[in-house]
Amino acid sequence: MDMPVLSLRNLTVDIPTRHGTLRPVDDVSWDIAAGEILGVVGESGAGKSMTGNAVIGLLDPPAHISAGEVLLEGERIDNYTLAQMRHVRGKRIGMVFQDPLTSLNPLLTIGEQLSETILRHLDVSKSEADARAIQGLDEVGIPSARNRMGAYPHEFSGGMRQRVVIALALCAEPTLLIADEPTTALDVSVQAQIIALLKRLCRERGMAAMLVTHDMGVIAETADRVAVMYAGRLAEIGPVSQIVGQPRHPYTDGLMASTPAASAGQARLRQIPGAMPRLNRMPDGCAFHPRCPRAQDKCRVDPGPKVGTADERAACWFPIEQDEAAA
Amino acid sequence: MSLVSVQNLTRVFDVSKPWLNRVIERLPKRMLTAVSDVSFEIPARTTYALVGESGSGKSTIGKMVVGLLRPTEGHVEIEGVDLVTETDAAVIDRIRSDIQMIFQDPFASLNPRWRVRDIIVEPVAARGGDTGGLAEKLLTQVGLSPDDAGKYPHQFSGGQRQRICVARALASEPKLIVCDEPTSALDVSVQAQVLNLMSDLKDEHGLTYLFISHDLTVVRHMADTIGVLYLGRLVEEAAPGDLFTKPAHPYTAMLIEAAPRLDAFGREVEPPEGEIPDPTDPPSGCAFHPRCPLATEICSVERPRLEAFGSGRVACHHAGEIALKGAA
Repeated sequence: MDMPVLSLRNLTVDIPTRHGTLRPVDDVSWDIAAGEILGVVGESGAGKSMTGNAVIGLLDPPAHISAGEVLLEGERIDNYTLAQMRHVRGKRIGMVFQDPLTSLNPLLTIGEQLSETILRHLDVSKSEADARAIQGLDEVGIPSARNRMGAYPHEFSGGMRQRVVIALALCAEPTLLIADEPTTALDVSVQAQIIALLKRLCRERGMAAMLVTHDMGVIAETADRVAVMYAGRLAEIGPVSQIVGQPRHPYTDGLMASTPAASAGQARLRQIPGAMPRLNRMPDGCAFHPRCPRAQDKCRVDPGPKVGTADERAACWFPIEQDEAAA
Repeated sequence: MSLVSVQNLTRVFDVSKPWLNRVIERLPKRMLTAVSDVSFEIPARTTYALVGESGSGKSTIGKMVVGLLRPTEGHVEIEGVDLVTETDAAVIDRIRSDIQMIFQDPFASLNPRWRVRDIIVEPVAARGGDTGGLAEKLLTQVGLSPDDAGKYPHQFSGGQRQRICVARALASEPKLIVCDEPTSALDVSVQAQVLNLMSDLKDEHGLTYLFISHDLTVVRHMADTIGVLYLGRLVEEAAPGDLFTKPAHPYTAMLIEAAPRLDAFGREVEPPEGEIPDPTDPPSGCAFHPRCPLATEICSVERPRLEAFGSGRVACHHAGEIALKGAA
């Protein structure tokens, strides 16, 4: 097997506070291969964005990586200095955030922003940078790209702006794309356009992507593999068809069942009782046990088997078996 | 008789630049038609849902129904009374207490300096009603503890806050609750809790909902009748069963196809083309014609009227000709 583009090894993020240390990301490990889209799902506070920020070295102090490693193409980057990280961000890891308006500088034309990024990371002339910028805009489906180079971000609609942000993220030809809720701020028809665009670009360029979102439908349509996070921990990871079709972790199961689409035609939605625990009040053992219908004594003390090993994909002592789900 | 009757409702906003800019730059006035000639009825004890993308006018309609905005043309009648033209103060007072609203953001819609008890009983207290024990009773009904009445909003999570908003909406024993994206700010497992709660309360109290949302899956679950809005116009109205299996308007079909689906891994569909046009300068004829796969000459000239079609209503010159691609 080829070397994965991104490997997380027991990544742990801590935030020291006056009232003790909070752990928003706890012992998370996964690999993303070239050309693969890993979808990271979870509810707010699950640590999905924090994991993405840890990878690109954009944790807001005092949050910091307290244990574990981040490997980009086999090279450890979590201990890079700020100056070294600047050559990684943009060049080797492209980023797309939720709100396309705040990701762009309102005072510069999009042409200036694109060619600045290209000149910063690639050894090319100004005219070649402009040519590449136009090509990039063309690729993400901006009509008459050449004429739009002189336009400012406010002259674009939300969907077009997100296309510009994607062009910006990809202009230095990164090997990894981190997209944090890229379609959450968009309408459903535009969202479908952006999803199709991301899928096509990853396939064409053989780029690895980490797609962070809370929308199960988006994940189901886009990702090859899915990582489900709960309270900072990895609850389940596996191929998308299995996670959606035959979830093993009770949390994944509850999450899928509580989306209105899954229970079309039923009078009541299946709900998970309670809410995700706060970071300063994490239960002992498995973080999900207070809400879990299958919880037993063992779950209250022992946090569950480690996932990522070959034979187990759910961090649960009593996972849902396949024959059980069918019954 | 219908509880709510909306007739030819139109709302135009003046979005011109300030007067002096207009004079110096010689700009004309700019008008934005947020809602254009919308009519529908909501029978008592049913849920009517309005869906549409941003800028389709769904929230503007909601605000006009509760009386937060005045219509430019047309009128809203609740229990046969038009609140804008009614002159009898006693009647206005009675009707107003029958209407409540739940907003999208439970963080912005609760006063952070008030205790939950005061927030919940406010609709009753404002009319001089008896509020003894009311907050505790309502908190129990929405699944919170009576002890929570003494707390402040910041002590609750998003889902719990939305429950408090629901409790407040119930306090004056309304008949109609207008819910503007009540679960959009919530996580999916909490959304399920709140939607279930709203269904239960509807049965218990005999409520009527005007449910505004952009999420087709939520609407499909909650509504008895769905109205689809595009650029301020009602383009289709039907029961959820019919709307999702055989949409008659091409825009409805596009929305259904574009919505991400759980069972659709590996699905390869052509995403819809184009975006919502500028509402200050809507296309001629049918507003959807530049994006419509069925559009013919008449569509760019004549605006289609909303007419009965099958069990619902649709505004399209080619109603019923669209077929869902890859429908399940």
